[in-house]
Amino acid sequence: MSTLKRYQFPALIIALILLAAMPADLTGLGIPWTGFKRYGLYIISLWLVTAIAAMGVNLIMGYAGQETLAQAAFLGIGAYTMALLTTKLGVPYFVAFAAAGALCFVVGILLGFPALRVQKHYLAFVTLAFAVFVWLFIRNEQWLTGGVFGIQDVPRPVIFGIKTRPPLVFYWFVLFMTVVLAAVMWWLLRSPWGRAFTALRENPVRAESLGIDVRSYKLLAFAVGSAYGGFAGALYAPLVEFIDPAPFALGPSLYYLLMILVGGMGYFLGPFVGAAVGVLIPEWLRFTEGLAPIIFAVIVMIMVALAPRGILGLIEQLLTPKRRPHSDVTGPTLGAGATLTKSSAEKVTS
Amino acid sequence: MSATARVSADGKGKPVLEVRDIAKSFGGVHAVRGVSFDVFEGEILGLIGPNGSGKSTLFNCILGQLTPTRGTVSVDGQAVTGLRPSELNHKGISRTFQLLQVFPQLTVHENLILAGQEHRGTMFSRLFMPGDAGLGGEADRMINFFRLGHLRDEKAGGLSYGQQKLLDAAMAFMAGPRLVLLDEPAGGVNLTMLGALKERLQAVNRETGATFVVIEHNMEFVMSLCTRIIVLAEGQIIAEGPPETIRSNPDVIEAYLGH
Ligand SMILES: Nc1ncnc2c1ncn2[C@@H]1O[C@H](COP(=O)(O)OP(=O)(O)OP(=O)(O)O)[C@@H](O)[C@H]1O
Ligand SMILES: [Mg+2]
Repeated sequence: MSTLKRYQFPALIIALILLAAMPADLTGLGIPWTGFKRYGLYIISLWLVTAIAAMGVNLIMGYAGQETLAQAAFLGIGAYTMALLTTKLGVPYFVAFAAAGALCFVVGILLGFPALRVQKHYLAFVTLAFAVFVWLFIRNEQWLTGGVFGIQDVPRPVIFGIKTRPPLVFYWFVLFMTVVLAAVMWWLLRSPWGRAFTALRENPVRAESLGIDVRSYKLLAFAVGSAYGGFAGALYAPLVEFIDPAPFALGPSLYYLLMILVGGMGYFLGPFVGAAVGVLIPEWLRFTEGLAPIIFAVIVMIMVALAPRGILGLIEQLLTPKRRPHSDVTGPTLGAGATLTKSSAEKVTS
Repeated sequence: MSATARVSADGKGKPVLEVRDIAKSFGGVHAVRGVSFDVFEGEILGLIGPNGSGKSTLFNCILGQLTPTRGTVSVDGQAVTGLRPSELNHKGISRTFQLLQVFPQLTVHENLILAGQEHRGTMFSRLFMPGDAGLGGEADRMINFFRLGHLRDEKAGGLSYGQQKLLDAAMAFMAGPRLVLLDEPAGGVNLTMLGALKERLQAVNRETGATFVVIEHNMEFVMSLCTRIIVLAEGQIIAEGPPETIRSNPDVIEAYLGH
């Protein structure tokens, strides 16, 4: 991972500048670039929102080694919380935003607590059932959610007097929120929690014997990851301005899993790459009518066969110079094992 | 005998660990059949016995990795049966496993930080700590103590087997435990390293007063390291005493040759 890590920070800064400038009309600055149209702005905003939800899945699966099949359901909880609080109760945007994340965190704890007391894979089953339940709930409970008719006119917020109604301004707002949420995730993964997550993914028995409360960390990873689904939903609702149950069904939940696989599980930028593939490919394949999901599935299967660690895993593999395995010949504690390592290292390099 | 024998093994010392009638069956296999013993403060107790005699199973029952079929375990006179391994670790007991268990994709330094971080602050406060949980210096001291200094920033998976074994043992000491259970620390370790390992273990015991229980097949190693030895055969204790009497005990010789 080290090669990729070295380029992560400068690449991030350049990417951010590009991301902020690219969709804008730059002709005023003397640059012959007219920026993105309405549709392009919608797609690039959707990409970021999807990436936020995928970051949550990456935390749960890529870092902590747990399973979730309900991220779209958490996105739905977030989106409906936002829509209901702002349209029906007139709650300020950021209060509703915090409520969406907090609700998903609490639901994550309530779901995960019984599931994680039992054995592995229970979380997969529980989240599977939960995904179906949430979708049925928002489809059937018309009095609250509007059922299949959904909720219309979800407002875009006004922040410090700036109206985010225009698509470009709203895109910048989404970009800003993405950066904030990515920074929080980065900081969480750099704290001792991040190391504990890695430990429980790699070897839970050893982790537990080192005093790591494996059950609590699993639960926290799941709840925080689910909260990211809620935050993404709270951005999704004002992005599309009209929400209905379809995007929060089981299928879209499974789709997040594929995106993480394609992007690169356990890579910080994996969700962004995966979400780009997951959002763009279906758009490009629109002309195929109903065939898009099948084509995407085939692409994923081919990709996973060729690059089992995702696109970022593949890039890393190509960037990393072939390193000699460590030999301890110079160390003070030379032994038979060391000689073996040495000779096999020579075989690799020669 | 080393200077560590400051506590006599004849029951005068304070027992840190009391094991009472522990038994464990796997289906029809009675791996451990009612084992009782005490471990006294500051001693290095050896646990030996032929392959399959139940030594590792006994460790796993004591430390919560397995639930014993019957029996109790007490630490400082308090029952700890049924506690989770992480809870036992927070009571000052740490261990290694028979199979090497380091985290291969973390560096040597990170492995040691991991081994100590959960003893810093609370789970919530650890979220706001720097990445090394303030343990960077302590990890470096441990690395130097176990003479792994030149490997500090290497991925643990890239180390030689013996070096990983040394790291595995070092990890058990990061949290400053009072009681350490080591399952075959010398297994597969070459001769040069064996001497280093023994000397380091004795130094920890001397400097921190930590109590050890060591499972080991290497008789030379165990006889020179331990102050007292318990022999297990077919899930039961067949002999107990100082190394010199164990060496010549006919039951012990019989148990080893009989297999
Ligand atoms: N999880 C398990 N399921 C079934 N049988 C087991 C299990 N663990 C251990 N056993 C059996 O219990 C007996 C004791 O095994 P244990 O590993 O405790 O022996 P040991 O004294 O540590 O041996 P060694 O010196 O080879 O490590 C053996 O017969 C073993 O096959
Ligand atoms: Mg064993």
